[in-house]
Amino acid sequence: MSDHEYTPKSSFGKWFNDRLPLLTLANHLTDYPTPKNLNYWWTFGGILTFCLVTQIVTGLVLAMHYIAHADMAFDSVEHIMRDVNYGWLIRYIHANGASMFFLAVYIHIFRSLFYGSYKAPREIIWIIGIIIYLLMMAAAFMGYVLPWGQMSFWGATVITNLFSAIPLVGEGIVTWLWGGYSVDNPTLTRFFTLHYLIPFLILGLVVLHIWALHVPGNNNPIGIDVKKPSKDTVPFHPYIVIKDAFALLMFMIVFAFFVFYTPNILGHADNYIEANPLVTPAHIVPEWYLLPFYAILRSVPDKLMGVIAMLSAIFILAALPWLDTSKIRSAVFRPLYRQFYWILVADVLILGYVGAMPAEGLYLLIARVATAYYFLHFLVILPILGYKERTLPVPLSITEPVLGGSSNLAAARDDSRLEKLK
Amino acid sequence: MKKFLKLFFYIFFLIPFLPQVYAAEKVEYLTTDWSFKGLFGKFDRSALQRGYHVYTEVCSSCHSMKYLSYRNLAQEGGPEFTEAEAKAIAASFEVTDGPNSDGEMFTRPGKLSDKFVMPYENVKAAQAANGGAYPPDMSVLVKARGGGVDYIYSLLQGYEDPPPGVTLDDGVYYNKYMYGNKIKMSNQLSDGLIEYSDGTKATVEQMSKDVTTFLMWAAEPHLESRHKMGFKAIVYLIILTILVYFSMKRIWSRIETKV
Repeated sequence: MSDHEYTPKSSFGKWFNDRLPLLTLANHLTDYPTPKNLNYWWTFGGILTFCLVTQIVTGLVLAMHYIAHADMAFDSVEHIMRDVNYGWLIRYIHANGASMFFLAVYIHIFRSLFYGSYKAPREIIWIIGIIIYLLMMAAAFMGYVLPWGQMSFWGATVITNLFSAIPLVGEGIVTWLWGGYSVDNPTLTRFFTLHYLIPFLILGLVVLHIWALHVPGNNNPIGIDVKKPSKDTVPFHPYIVIKDAFALLMFMIVFAFFVFYTPNILGHADNYIEANPLVTPAHIVPEWYLLPFYAILRSVPDKLMGVIAMLSAIFILAALPWLDTSKIRSAVFRPLYRQFYWILVADVLILGYVGAMPAEGLYLLIARVATAYYFLHFLVILPILGYKERTLPVPLSITEPVLGGSSNLAAARDDSRLEKLK
Repeated sequence: MKKFLKLFFYIFFLIPFLPQVYAAEKVEYLTTDWSFKGLFGKFDRSALQRGYHVYTEVCSSCHSMKYLSYRNLAQEGGPEFTEAEAKAIAASFEVTDGPNSDGEMFTRPGKLSDKFVMPYENVKAAQAANGGAYPPDMSVLVKARGGGVDYIYSLLQGYEDPPPGVTLDDGVYYNKYMYGNKIKMSNQLSDGLIEYSDGTKATVEQMSKDVTTFLMWAAEPHLESRHKMGFKAIVYLIILTILVYFSMKRIWSRIETKV
């Protein structure tokens, strides 16, 4: 992908590179021209890679000590917490790591929504990202089942039961998923297998995600195409590497705080009670990162329609590059979209909140309104906005925002708005 | 940069509010000055030893602690009985072992490597002896209840006469902190119930505090090393972050863009 030919200096390097161009790849990655105005919201890609690697490494160690059996899973987790050397540390990193992973991915997704990173020519990057997100949810859900606590068991029961909403074959599918007539040992062992497999699928997709990114290059806060390499870009190394490292360290401080001081705050107390098929917990709630979708599911009275609504809420994102009709990428130059963007952020947070509350009375009403607005945003507001909105003049380049085309020099020169984004 | 820092602080400020999102109904629990809370929180050794005393004398006749071994009592960060004391404690229990070469099960005095002896053979036996209610295993009990230590501490002191209009079945007791206020465990603690070997006065409040501290340790036996390591890790990360910040400033000063 490099714009210039690269020749290794040493003769061995040249010999090797002719056979497997790893050095060309390394050179491409270090020289990769990156827009120099990227703000800190762009550091979450690197942070997410860190999260994935952390989950895989801690997960491998946990798998060495964990026993995927309905009678022994809960005991083996306690064995890890008590008797395995630093087992408590590894398990708490893994458990909180999942939450950190989702925290980072939500920031990453909402950054993309604000700056229009999903628009042409980056649709494939976006769609791969959505698939990664879906796989993350599947992995997180199955991982939560493995400790075989009450929430594990009943969460698994509720979520797998959603498939029974499918007409005619639903019940059969659920039995097939369970490997029996209820969530039991066969369910646990297959979830463990899939929980082990999915991270590696995600890893492969991350490679594709980055590959697809390196074709058009990064989007940037003002959302214009930049010439590469040019005055507008800096080489990935050392400029972006050091900036990503700084942001990652800040992130790790938050991460460490959770792991060492409040390791159980994001979990549910009921999951320290061993799974009991005869006792249903008072409230069955998923982990926080799935709550908005749980709220959408429960806001629809009909089970099948609820499942369809929940799945559509995710799949609608894949169609986003075509639902958003605006030619302008960055919300910086879209005064109306900017407002709708923040309403959407609030809407999703509200959905998350009501998802944790019992589905009754006022909460249910709020959930219904918020669900309706979620779809309204993507299906009605975004397509219309592209035609109706009066956008601000877009600068021609990052370094010289006022040269040439812009009809409104004052607006383009107004750095304060860009400054705020940093 | 500023926005990024803001986000960073928002996340920090949000942490204390997180549990409230989960807690559907709010109950005001009693609390006390828990020594193990906070960045440098440690267990109070003598409270742990007294707490173990309360557990063996009072709770252990119904509640098991199946994930604990007698060796844990001598472990660093725990009650830290001396090894000789822990051995003596273990030896005071009869443990069923076997089968021996004749194929027979036999009993012998407990060893450090033995798990805490269970009060009942199995769950059914426990239920049969307790009017159908299973006394939960207490190894991770503190982590398995929404209110944590405050909940257990309150529950032990929450027995009251039922308010007028509330009728209780036989073997059911009124406790103002219990979910639904009805509990099948009768009030177990009374002032002077046991005699502490260190001379501390065994009030209900004192015993509740001690046994709850013991249960916290049982649920989180590595809490002290977690706090110690966490402090070191976070200080290390902060120093490294500052160094990387200045390196970043230096590197980016080569070009005109702010970072």
